[in-house]
Amino acid sequence: MMERALSIRNLKVSYKDREVLKGIDLDIYKNKITAIIGPSGCGKSTLLRCMNRMIDIVEGAKVSGEVFFGGENIYAPGVDPVKIRFKIGMVFQKPNPFPKSIFENVAFGLKINGYTGDIPQMVEKSLRWAGLWEEVKDRLKDDAYVLSGGQQQRLCIARALALEPEVLLLDEPCSALDPVSTLRIEELLLNLKERLTIVIVTHNIQQAARIADYTAFLLDGNLVEFGETSSMFTVPKDKRTEDFITGRFG
Amino acid sequence: MSAQEVKFRPHLERRKCIDAALKFVFAGSAFFGVTVLFVLLFRIISDSLGWLDLQFLTSFPSRFPEKAGIFPALLGTIYVILITAAFSIPIGIAAAIFLEEYAKKSKLVSFIQLNIYNLAGVPSIVYGILGLTVFVRWMQLGRSLLAGGLTMGILVLPVVIVSAQEAIRAVPDSWREAAYALGATKWQTVRYVVLPSALPGIMTGVILALSRAIGETAPLIPIGALTFIRTLPKSPFDSFTVLPIQIYNWTSRPQEDFRAIAAAAIVVLLFVLLSMNFIAIMIRNKYQRRIKEV
Repeated sequence: MMERALSIRNLKVSYKDREVLKGIDLDIYKNKITAIIGPSGCGKSTLLRCMNRMIDIVEGAKVSGEVFFGGENIYAPGVDPVKIRFKIGMVFQKPNPFPKSIFENVAFGLKINGYTGDIPQMVEKSLRWAGLWEEVKDRLKDDAYVLSGGQQQRLCIARALALEPEVLLLDEPCSALDPVSTLRIEELLLNLKERLTIVIVTHNIQQAARIADYTAFLLDGNLVEFGETSSMFTVPKDKRTEDFITGRFG
Repeated sequence: MSAQEVKFRPHLERRKCIDAALKFVFAGSAFFGVTVLFVLLFRIISDSLGWLDLQFLTSFPSRFPEKAGIFPALLGTIYVILITAAFSIPIGIAAAIFLEEYAKKSKLVSFIQLNIYNLAGVPSIVYGILGLTVFVRWMQLGRSLLAGGLTMGILVLPVVIVSAQEAIRAVPDSWREAAYALGATKWQTVRYVVLPSALPGIMTGVILALSRAIGETAPLIPIGALTFIRTLPKSPFDSFTVLPIQIYNWTSRPQEDFRAIAAAAIVVLLFVLLSMNFIAIMIRNKYQRRIKEV
């Protein structure tokens, strides 16, 4: 039995009266890449945001059900979302570096969380993990917005990695990037999975096929199918999955 | 005759004529305000010629126009604005942070918000009455600099809050999300991400609000900003006067020469106001481009 990083049980989310997740059960395995695919509006991003309680900052969102992380339900009363986000990092759809220097962007999480080690050393390490060090080592003091879109996104990954999280959540991280930058990030994620667990939301089915060990297919707030990517993409169990991955809708 | 000419009577000449006339009206309206401002500036500056010198800036008011100066009024204006700033900036920014970052949507919050918008539109003389009641009488500050500065502080507070709110709202949510996702608390997000980005916008609003306060006369009249003082204010509890009140006082004198020194004082006041506005515009142009890029 493989070890689980996250176990989601009967997770329901509604915005006002609209239910966007209708009871999701899903296991995320350690040191694997799990892709969440599905058409727009199926609840992929909402599901991802539930995994590190970023859903809390969405006004009007109601969550019920359980998400177990290290044996603990992160939705149990008294659990501090700040602590959860410290352990489960997140990268967003659009690169969102802070309007600060490259160095300060990576150092941000270290500083606010009281990192006791050597900050410049950790910044270098994180930038190396994100495959960005060689490109930026001579201009760490430059503003992060001088970087290209792909570089900015890798900077955001480095910023998340600096805290050495156990899980990294990525919400369509390549949707604003060109194919070459996309490929670099995919390679990067494949290298990173020995270090941590990765969950990636993507609207790009080929991307899921290329990098994910497991794939979850979401439709209208329901988990239609979950399994190893290789088997799901060759012999989908559900007709709807087959229709989606062959491009008949979505 | 073609079929079209039978069916239409275009009156092209007349339509073009209306077009040209209206263009003239619109352009005239646009230039009207500017023209008036320049006429005013020209009148005041030509009136003040020969009166605006160092002696004028460093002397006390006097019965003799050639000896009169604005030193106490200038100093009073500076002190009042310092007190106003010290009072309204921290409270205004803190209130804006609460309303934008902490407060959840609720009836109480929209009530507070609505009242702030309303307060920004209250006539300034009403603030003078408020200052007289609260600061002069109730808090027993007397007709002092402190009472005047606090009254002005209350007057500009809504403007500071609203402009700080706008600056905070302009900070993209994606930066807040990035901070939260790194385990930042709300205050850390505000302190290290939101405020640094919003600061130029906040400063612009604050400077414009303070420049409004410098030009205000009405709220200080009930406070009793004396128009003729022989000593400089040495503590916040001393009596004082400010430039607009000094100007008002001089313009009501019958002698011609007092109108000239009033003009000279207006030039000083306008100089202070326009340079503050200029600084505000400079800050806005320099820093706010960034937020739009994201």
